[in-house]
Amino acid sequence: MSKLTELNIASARDGLNKGEFSAAELAEAYIKAMEAGRELNAYITETPEVALERARQSDDRRAKGDHLGAMEGIPIAMKDLFCTEGVLTTAGSHILDGFVPQYESTVSANLRSAGAVMLGKANLDEFAMGSANITSYYGPVKNPWGAKVGKDLVPGGSSGGSAAAVSGGLAMAATGTDTGGSIRQPASFCGIVGMKPTYGRCSRWGTVAFASSLDQAGPMTQTVQDAAIMLGAMAGHDPKDSTSAPIDLPDFEAAITGDVSGLTIGIPKEYKMDGMDAEIQAMWDQGIEWLKAKGCNIKEISLPHTKYALPTYYIVAPAEASANLARYDGVRYGLRVPGDSLDDMYMNTRGEGFGDEVKRRILIGTYALSSGYYDAYYIKAQKVRTLISNDFKAAFEDVDAILTPTAPSAAFGIGENQDDPVAMYLNDVFTVPTSLAGLPGISVPAGLSKSGLPLGLQLVGRAFDEGTLLNVASALEDAAAFNFKPGGEG
Amino acid sequence: MGYVIKGETCDWEVVIGLEVHCQVISKAKLFSGAATDFGAEPNTQVSLVDAAMPGMLPVINEECVRQAIKTGLGLKAQINTKSVFARKNYFYADLPQGYQISQADQPIVGAGTIILDMPDGTSRSVGIERLHLEQDAGKSLHDQDPKRSFIDLNRTGVALMEIVSDPDMRSPEEVGAYLRKLRSIVRYLGTCDGNMDQGSMRCDVNVSVRPVGSDELRTRAETKNVNSVRFAMQAIEYEATRQVEIYDNGGEVVQETRLFDASTGTTRSMRSKEHAHDYRYFPDPDLLPLVFSDELVEEIKATLPELPDERKDRYINDFGLSPYDAGVLVAEKDTASYFETVAEGRDAKMAANWVINNLFAVLSEKGIGITESPVSADNLGKLLGLITDDTISTKIAKEVFEIMVESGDDPEKIVEEKGLKQITDTGAIEAAVDAAIEAGAKQVEQYKGGNEKILGWFVGQVMKATQGKANPGQVNKLLKEKLDA
Repeated sequence: MSKLTELNIASARDGLNKGEFSAAELAEAYIKAMEAGRELNAYITETPEVALERARQSDDRRAKGDHLGAMEGIPIAMKDLFCTEGVLTTAGSHILDGFVPQYESTVSANLRSAGAVMLGKANLDEFAMGSANITSYYGPVKNPWGAKVGKDLVPGGSSGGSAAAVSGGLAMAATGTDTGGSIRQPASFCGIVGMKPTYGRCSRWGTVAFASSLDQAGPMTQTVQDAAIMLGAMAGHDPKDSTSAPIDLPDFEAAITGDVSGLTIGIPKEYKMDGMDAEIQAMWDQGIEWLKAKGCNIKEISLPHTKYALPTYYIVAPAEASANLARYDGVRYGLRVPGDSLDDMYMNTRGEGFGDEVKRRILIGTYALSSGYYDAYYIKAQKVRTLISNDFKAAFEDVDAILTPTAPSAAFGIGENQDDPVAMYLNDVFTVPTSLAGLPGISVPAGLSKSGLPLGLQLVGRAFDEGTLLNVASALEDAAAFNFKPGGEG
Repeated sequence: MGYVIKGETCDWEVVIGLEVHCQVISKAKLFSGAATDFGAEPNTQVSLVDAAMPGMLPVINEECVRQAIKTGLGLKAQINTKSVFARKNYFYADLPQGYQISQADQPIVGAGTIILDMPDGTSRSVGIERLHLEQDAGKSLHDQDPKRSFIDLNRTGVALMEIVSDPDMRSPEEVGAYLRKLRSIVRYLGTCDGNMDQGSMRCDVNVSVRPVGSDELRTRAETKNVNSVRFAMQAIEYEATRQVEIYDNGGEVVQETRLFDASTGTTRSMRSKEHAHDYRYFPDPDLLPLVFSDELVEEIKATLPELPDERKDRYINDFGLSPYDAGVLVAEKDTASYFETVAEGRDAKMAANWVINNLFAVLSEKGIGITESPVSADNLGKLLGLITDDTISTKIAKEVFEIMVESGDDPEKIVEEKGLKQITDTGAIEAAVDAAIEAGAKQVEQYKGGNEKILGWFVGQVMKATQGKANPGQVNKLLKEKLDA
């Protein structure tokens, strides 16, 4: 049975179609793997009963000859930011204690109706705020690659549980959400594929909000083809989300042709930063060579406002978060810590319910929006955001995709960077500009660092042109031939 | 000079601007599908969005947008085809999101005008600064339990139009006229029911004072929770006097929010500027800017009903009514419809007199509205018809009207049953006239001696003999003929 957990979505689909195994067998194998891998702390809530029930329903559909979805029988981890009907949903926070939604998020509902089987709710940074999955109330997640170097490593964040689950074979694929890099950076750290689609491609309805103008759900998978299959099942216009794009879904899987010759790939000169890790630079140079060999034209481009992206992000995202998180007040659901007055109850509940990083961002955001500072911070940040967006628009006049590193380093140890929030924020330096511009980005595992840890390369595409992006990513994946598995799993 | 407060040092005038919240008539809330019926059991009209469950998102209700545009057009205001929803952040137990979705610097409706109809028949114009759409909050119930407060979220998320006036009003009377006129307009439009007693129209009053003749704008105080026209007028009187006293004593008025206490007719400080909320408005990232076409505005414009001002003009120009009478009749849409039914095909001035003098007296005595009138518009119209075609005299008509008020009956039936039909049979009247002349030899002499006033005595005799049913015109004519012969 151990073989079943080595399959990916495409190969499992073939096996299920051929009747080599059932969805229930697949689910059982993953439930065992999930239980055996508890040391990683990748899941906050395991839902084996839900998984088995849905797997059996999938087998029934297949037996009856009913319509089969794109994710039929595929066992996945669900980032615990997606509200799931009847299943505890925590957002990694103490403040949502005991919160069991009566509703299902659009993304998880879409996946369910495409036949996906939910194994459990994946751990994450509290309210998706973090780059190392160390801010979760439910404890840090361990990167499966740590065993290889004999050290507890972070899986990246905020979708750290999802990345660790896929990397460690505790789920065939997983959902993630990306606000400033929360899918791509952990994908890079864990040696998997992680894609943030164009803002508006996936509905935000039923996903616990961090920063509404940036949050976007996406697939975290073992291969680029899997990402294409899963994205097709997650995405689509949703009238319940006003920012969801009212456009048709293309066939993402069919967009992967393997032929990228003649496409122009942009290399932004501003991403070559002072003090950049030589390994990262070498990996990036290697990526350029691979795409050249595939017939792509390489063009140096300029994204002049890149250096303002991180500070802009750390105004916009906390500002939105400060309002989005106001609803966690102890009045209607989740944690309530009593007090002598309404204000006391608020302070006790929010004081105890939120962790330090969440509090830090609420304070930053509240400050940025407050009277007398609003123009200097929030309005200025919005203006810079427009400039950053315009940089990309101009660049995409000349190029079809942009290649950059995903993260400035490989996975680091749990406990490192912990006392320096700014050092931690720098993890997203390559991913944040794309988020601010709302563009699709994908991290593809490209190779190993000298210490044997995975490094990812990021490709960025035009808005709503995920097809081209996936095609280029697939070519990069093919050239990189990343075949490594985390050591600890044998 | 109008409303002036005599101070110790000088005379003061009061400067007033209003912020009126009108609950939009719509089946569903501004950003959720939950119902909006008044008076439902607590927490029975609450969607997941209203309760601010995690991950819930607002979606604009188009009907509320149409209603706001319609109201803007009714206020002769600028309609902004692009506007932006913003979050107004503050914590309160009946505000589940922790912010109210409102509109800040880009409202859906810009500058407009309201014409006030003053009791003396004159008109005044008051500027409208803006109208914006926003969510209502829920209700906190503090009287259900000794220790805890209860929260009812039925009202949470219901669409409100906040209509902000310019500081153009100078007396409590103008404020009364403004509120009545605004209520009349939204009722004509069907965009708000205007029921202040149910809270579907609420008013915040901004008051400052300044020496007569000055054009400065001094520090204002905002009084909230004013729930009737009368209370608004009381609050202004109290507030203006309070501020004049402060200035007279050498003090300064502080900018603050005050609360109106209906039981005492006074206002008291709720929070000062130092404790004012910093609402941290910013554009709501869950909503795209609200954009609609000029065609939509034109389409809505084409459906606008005749509004009170136009109707008033028509009554003056076409019916020859006085501005005052016209103003009184158009103020309430129901009154105007009633009046038009009565006047249909009849003498409009006569109809106006009957509605304003006779009917209103009855309604106010009974304390009821025109829609509950015991006398239907059709029946009052018939009564006027009976006068016009000489079936009954005006005097008899008043008696018939009394019966109609009691029974609600058709006047034709009443006249028939009670035998009140005017005697127009010349023979019968002539007999009565002859009898009167015969009985009044002395009076005949006086008449012939030049005392024409004595004619009234003969008329009285004839009416007595015919129980008032003789046609007065015919009686007069016959008497004169016979006496002058």
